[in-house]
Amino acid sequence: MNKLTVSTSPHIQTKVTTSRIMADVIIALSLPAIASVVLYGLPALLIIVTCVGSAIISELLFNLATKRQQTVGDLSAAVTGLILALSLPADVKVWQCVVGSAFAIVVVKCLFGGLGHNFANPAATGRIFLFLAFAEAGGGVSTRFMNEAELVTSATPLELLKTSTFEGLPSLLDMFLGNRAGAIGEGCILAILIGFVWLVARRVIKWETPVIYVGTVFLLSLIVKGDLEFAIYQVMAGGLVYAAVFMATDYVTTPINRAGRAVFALGCGVITVLIRLFGSYPGGVSFAILIMNILSPYIERLCRRRPLGGVKNDKK
Amino acid sequence: MFRRKLGKTHVPHYKNTAGTPAVAIPTPASVLLPVAQHIGAPATVVVKPGDTVKIGDIVAEASSYVSSPIYASVSGKVAKLEKYLRADGKTVDAVRIESDGLMECRDLTPPDINSIDDLTEAVRHSGLVGLGGAGFPTSVKLDAAKKGGIATLVLNGAECEPYITADTRTMLDDGELIREGVELLLKFIPSLEKIYIGIEKNKPECIEKMTELFSDCERAEVVSLPSLYPQGAEKVIVYNTAGIVIEEGKLPADFGVLVMNVTSVAELMRFVKTGMPLVSRTVTVDGSAVSEPKNLTVPIGTSVRNVLAAAGVADDDIGMVLFGGPMMGTAICSLDEPTVKTTGALTVLTEADARRREPTPCIHCGRCVAACPIGLNPTAYSKALDIEITDDRMKKLEDEKIMLCMECGCCSYVCPASRPLVQNNRIAKVQLRDFQAHSATLKN
Repeated sequence: MNKLTVSTSPHIQTKVTTSRIMADVIIALSLPAIASVVLYGLPALLIIVTCVGSAIISELLFNLATKRQQTVGDLSAAVTGLILALSLPADVKVWQCVVGSAFAIVVVKCLFGGLGHNFANPAATGRIFLFLAFAEAGGGVSTRFMNEAELVTSATPLELLKTSTFEGLPSLLDMFLGNRAGAIGEGCILAILIGFVWLVARRVIKWETPVIYVGTVFLLSLIVKGDLEFAIYQVMAGGLVYAAVFMATDYVTTPINRAGRAVFALGCGVITVLIRLFGSYPGGVSFAILIMNILSPYIERLCRRRPLGGVKNDKK
Repeated sequence: MFRRKLGKTHVPHYKNTAGTPAVAIPTPASVLLPVAQHIGAPATVVVKPGDTVKIGDIVAEASSYVSSPIYASVSGKVAKLEKYLRADGKTVDAVRIESDGLMECRDLTPPDINSIDDLTEAVRHSGLVGLGGAGFPTSVKLDAAKKGGIATLVLNGAECEPYITADTRTMLDDGELIREGVELLLKFIPSLEKIYIGIEKNKPECIEKMTELFSDCERAEVVSLPSLYPQGAEKVIVYNTAGIVIEEGKLPADFGVLVMNVTSVAELMRFVKTGMPLVSRTVTVDGSAVSEPKNLTVPIGTSVRNVLAAAGVADDDIGMVLFGGPMMGTAICSLDEPTVKTTGALTVLTEADARRREPTPCIHCGRCVAACPIGLNPTAYSKALDIEITDDRMKKLEDEKIMLCMECGCCSYVCPASRPLVQNNRIAKVQLRDFQAHSATLKN
C-alpha cells in the first residue's frame, strides 16, 4: 500500500449500469421474438437478425466515420434494432430492414448526438419511415396457422375494425396469442405481457406508462363506440400493447419525472384513439408516440414537483 | 395528515458491527488535536510545548460564540504545535501531545445546573458538538432553545450510512444516558411538547430498547423509519417523524424543532453526570478491506494508522480510507491524519472498490429524480453547468433550487451511467453562492 485513493463522496455505487438495463430489455423482448418465429417462421428470424445486425453495424460505422468513442457495447443499438424488427410485418424485404435500421440509428439517434440526446424514439421513427416509404411495411401478413400456412398479405384486425361489419375478425383468444395478421412481434400479447412483468420486476420501467396508455385507449374506445367488445379488440389490435411496453417507456424520449411520464402515456392514448377512430390511417401508435416525444420537454417542465422546503422565488 | 413520500435509495446496510460493543484501543504514543473539529471558528490554543496535561485538561478554548473547546485526550506532555491540513483545504493549528501511557484524568467535578443558562454554559465547556457527523457546537443549538418556542425534539438514531454502528451501540449500551439526557432537556426546556426518536427499522433491538426506556414518557414517541437511505438527513428525519418541512435557507429552530443525534445526547448526559468533557468516542472500523469489523473506543486525536492497526487492518489491503460512511464520508490522503470529534467511523475500502466506473451518457432514466429525497432534478444542474457562465446559468440553478441539495449522494449512487451528479451539484452550489455574494456587493 502507500497510495490512498481520494475522491469525493459517494464512494459506492449501484451495480445497475446502462448496459445491464439494455440487456434486461433484450431479455424482455426475447419472448415476443420467439413468438414471432413460431408464428411466422424463418422470415421473422431473418427480419430480426437483419435489423439487429444493421442497427449495430450502422452505429459502429457512424462512430468510426465521425471518430467518436465506440458505443456499441452499451447494447442500445441492439435494443433499437430488435424493437424495430418486431414491429414490421413478415413480408418486408431484407434491404428495407437495413434501410429502416440505418435510418433509425444514424438519422434519428446518432446525428442528434447519440444515446441520450435524440428527441424522437428511433424505433418508432424508423417504423414510420418504412411505413411511409414502402407499402409492404405498413400492412399485415397472416401467420402460419392461417390461410393454409401461407404467409399472405391479409387485412389486419385494425383494418377490419375500421369497417362497419367487423367481418373476419379473429377470436379474442387468437388475438391474445397472436394468431392474426399484423407485424411479427406485436401479435402475441401473452409474450409481451410476460416481458412487461419482467421489466417491472427488474425495476427497468414503472408500471404506469403502459397501463395508463392502454387504459386510456380502452376507455376512450368504450366511450366513443359504447361497445365493450370493440374496446377490447382495440386494445389487442395493432401494435398498441407492444408499443406501450417497449416504445412509450423509452427513457430518453419521455419526461424524466413520474408525473410527466403519466401525462405522456395519457397523451399517447388520446392521440392513438383519435388516429384510429377518426383518422385516415388504420393504426396510429407510432405517430402518437412520435408526437408525444416532441412534447416531452414541455410536459417534463410542467410536471416538475415542488421540492421539499422549496419556496417560490418571488416570495423570497 | 398527508405526507408525501420522499425519494429514497436502497443502499446496502452492512451493519456488521451492530452486535459488537466498543472496546478501547491501546493507548496511542501520541495524539494530534486540531483546533477546528467543528463548524465555526477554530479554537485558540492555550498550552505551550513542554506543558504537562492530564485527560480532560483544556488544550484550546472556544474563540467565539460558534466555536468549541478542545481537551487533552491522553495524559502526557505537549510536544509541539503543528499545522494540520484539513480535507477542505484549510490549514489549522494542531496540538501534538505525547502520551505518558498512564491515561491519568484530571479531577472532575460535575457541573452545577439549575437553569437553561447553566446548561448551555456547561455544554459550551464540554466541547460537545453534533456527533452524527456535522459537528455543530451543541451549546449553540441549545441556545436557540433559550429563546423559547422549541416545541419538538427529534432524536436522530437513524444511522442510515452503511457500515456505521456507533449510534446503534450508544442506544444499546448507553440507552439510560439518552433517557436521562432527555429528562434533563425536558426539565430545562419547558416549551418541549413532543419528542420523536427516529430509528431505522433495521435496528429492531434499538427500537425495542428505546421504546422500553421511554414507556413512562408520554410526550416521547419512538418512530420506526424505513431502512432506506438517507433517513438520518436532518430535513428527512424531521419530516418523517414530526411532519415538519424545513424551508430553504431556514434552520430547524425556525420551526420550533431541535434535532440532536442520540450519541450527542448520551455524551451530554455523561458530561452533566461526571464533568468529563468530550475526549474519546466510539469509532466503527469496517469496509471491504476490513476482515474483522470492530467498534473501538478511541481517544480523540489518535492517528488513523493507530486505529486501523488496533482493528487489525492489513496495510496492503487499504485502497481508500473514509472519515464516515461510504455515502457521505470524506476520503483522507494520509494515514497520519487524526480522528476528530465527528469521526464516527473509518470506512476502509480496497483499491478495486474505491474506483468508480467511467461515466457514460445520461440516458434520462429518471432514477436520480426518483431517488432525491428533496425532490430535485439532478440532471438539470448538470445541464445548467453546460451553459456558459452567465446570468442564464445562475437563473437556471436558482429556479431548480440547487441550494436545497444536501449532498446525500443518492443521485450519484443510483446513476446507471455513473454520472458525477452530486459532484456537479457541489460545483454548482459554490458558483451560485459566489454569484449571489457578488451581486449583493454590486447592489451595495
